[in-house]
Amino acid sequence: MSAIADDFTRIATVEKSRGYWATVARRLMRDPVSVACASIILLIALAALLAPYLGLADPYQGSMIRRLRPIGTPGYPLGTDELGRDMVSRLIYGGRLSLMLGLLPVFLAFAIGTTLGVIAGYVGGFVNQAIMRTVDVFFAFPSVLLAIAISGALGAGIVNSLVSLTVVFIPPIVRVAESVTTSVRTLDFVDAARASGAGSLTIMRVHVLGNVLGPIFVYSTSLISVCMILAAGLSFLGLGTRPPEPEWGLMLNTLRTAIYVNPWVAALPGVMIFIVSICFNLLSDGMRSAMDVRG
Amino acid sequence: MSVANDPTLLEDRGGPEQPLLEVKSLSKHFAVSGGMFSRGASGVVRAVDNVSFSVAKGEVLGIVGESGCGKSTTARLVIGLITPDSGDIIFDGEPVGPTVSLRELRRRVQMVFQDSYASLNPRMTIEDTIAFGPRVHGVPAAEARARAHDLLRKVGLDPAHFAARYPHELSGGQRQRINIARALALAPRLVLLDEAVSALDKSVEAQVLNLLLDLKEELGLTYVFISHDLNVVRFISDRIVVMYLGEVIESGPVETIWNDARHPYTQALLASMPSLDPSRRTEEAPVTGDPPNPIDPPSGCRFHTRCAFAEPLCSERAPALFETGNDRHVAACYMVDPSSGHTRAQKQAAGEIENA
Repeated sequence: MSAIADDFTRIATVEKSRGYWATVARRLMRDPVSVACASIILLIALAALLAPYLGLADPYQGSMIRRLRPIGTPGYPLGTDELGRDMVSRLIYGGRLSLMLGLLPVFLAFAIGTTLGVIAGYVGGFVNQAIMRTVDVFFAFPSVLLAIAISGALGAGIVNSLVSLTVVFIPPIVRVAESVTTSVRTLDFVDAARASGAGSLTIMRVHVLGNVLGPIFVYSTSLISVCMILAAGLSFLGLGTRPPEPEWGLMLNTLRTAIYVNPWVAALPGVMIFIVSICFNLLSDGMRSAMDVRG
Repeated sequence: MSVANDPTLLEDRGGPEQPLLEVKSLSKHFAVSGGMFSRGASGVVRAVDNVSFSVAKGEVLGIVGESGCGKSTTARLVIGLITPDSGDIIFDGEPVGPTVSLRELRRRVQMVFQDSYASLNPRMTIEDTIAFGPRVHGVPAAEARARAHDLLRKVGLDPAHFAARYPHELSGGQRQRINIARALALAPRLVLLDEAVSALDKSVEAQVLNLLLDLKEELGLTYVFISHDLNVVRFISDRIVVMYLGEVIESGPVETIWNDARHPYTQALLASMPSLDPSRRTEEAPVTGDPPNPIDPPSGCRFHTRCAFAEPLCSERAPALFETGNDRHVAACYMVDPSSGHTRAQKQAAGEIENA
């Protein structure tokens, strides 16, 4: 036995005991793609947050004589929109609403969905049936249709579109959480914990959540891009934000009339949506592999 | 919350004569439903049916039987992971339920599982895994950690190298040592070893078996050792219980059973072991066919469908466990009971058949 122990000394120096999430963070930092994506998202988020202090032009102030200037016009590096407003300023200010509409519903759905899913998976039986069959009702509708239907019923507005997007994302998260929990619950280490005399809540918190949060979290981050696009879609249809508020989906809508006059400027909000959603997707891929400590 | 530090829990009560664990008429039947559309096709699996045995202090009781005979279910019933339908579990003279709570029982009885990987939380370091039990029972973090390091040393792993590692970084043998350390963290008096060495390769298996025996000596433990590997059971056990389709069919001291097995199933089980001696090679399978469906077990003696000596009597009613005359050796076969009316029983009693 001591021979095996000696092998370990040679292979690896003794590591300090650190938490699971610290290990994941360290592994994530070693992945250049994840770091790049996280930096881009952080940059856009910071710019959006600090927009009033960046000395940008007023995103609401238009000018009839400077309408639809092309990209590269002096003073307007990314041109102007159909009402002559500075595109740089509007894109940065637009990030505030767009990012919030992309992140907040997924975060809320993550919290609610994980709770419901873990309870359904761990308790099982009637509770499981009640939660999962209710969730199945929502699966009967395509997510876009569901978001539009709820938003339409509640009326246009930012808060209402937040609510409708949250409702749309709860069912898939509940489903993932339930299936992961069910598979973890049957493993021997849960039985071993019960045999140690631990109560259900302790086991759920220490043994189940620790093994379940990772996969659900990764799945949820992949939903952020979908959520941003859905939010943009709602705005495009006039159900989310209203003009003149800068928001990428709404900007895409109002600029579409200019697509033959100045296609590059009209495409810019779409480019932003594309960049942010692909960054979130790549980041969630990176997290998936970072969380697999066995790798 | 003082369960962890309550020394009276670990005290010996009835003296060495009183069995540490007594299991009386333990039964667990699982309902099997054929699914939503076939209500009629449901049934009941008698996973454990009227099982009784006792474990003396300081002994190793082996439970053997082919897969699906209810060995593991019995262990899970004893530690309360499954609730029994009926029957009593008596720990050192105190019945579990009325006198001893399940939580108290789980301080004194611990279990080691077969799958060394599935029984360790992949997200927890070794140290946290071992310290979890004591922490649950209210031991302060630092003390639990110290206890974990101490146990790692006891199972032959250097805490400096292993405490901060994750289960996937270890080999199967090392992981099973961790599982043993985890089971010992609450300082139990009885450890249930459910196929604890079955998944290990032979050399590691031998190391772990020796470790188990050393720990038993050092800590004054009692083991219930469940396995399908007869050689291992013979090596480690003092007494064995043979199970078939959820029932105990024979039990007694290990050497008595090896030399003088009375139940035809036990005899067949022992005969099925490959021998190292070429002249004693098994040419024919001693028992043929699959075990019967546990949902619909045979009437009478459950073994009569595969038994070479079955007589009409055997399918009519189930035989009780008869004394064989050897010390604490019982077998559930009419051939053991001269008054049963089985033709071979009288001959055996008359000494005409030498250990069929």
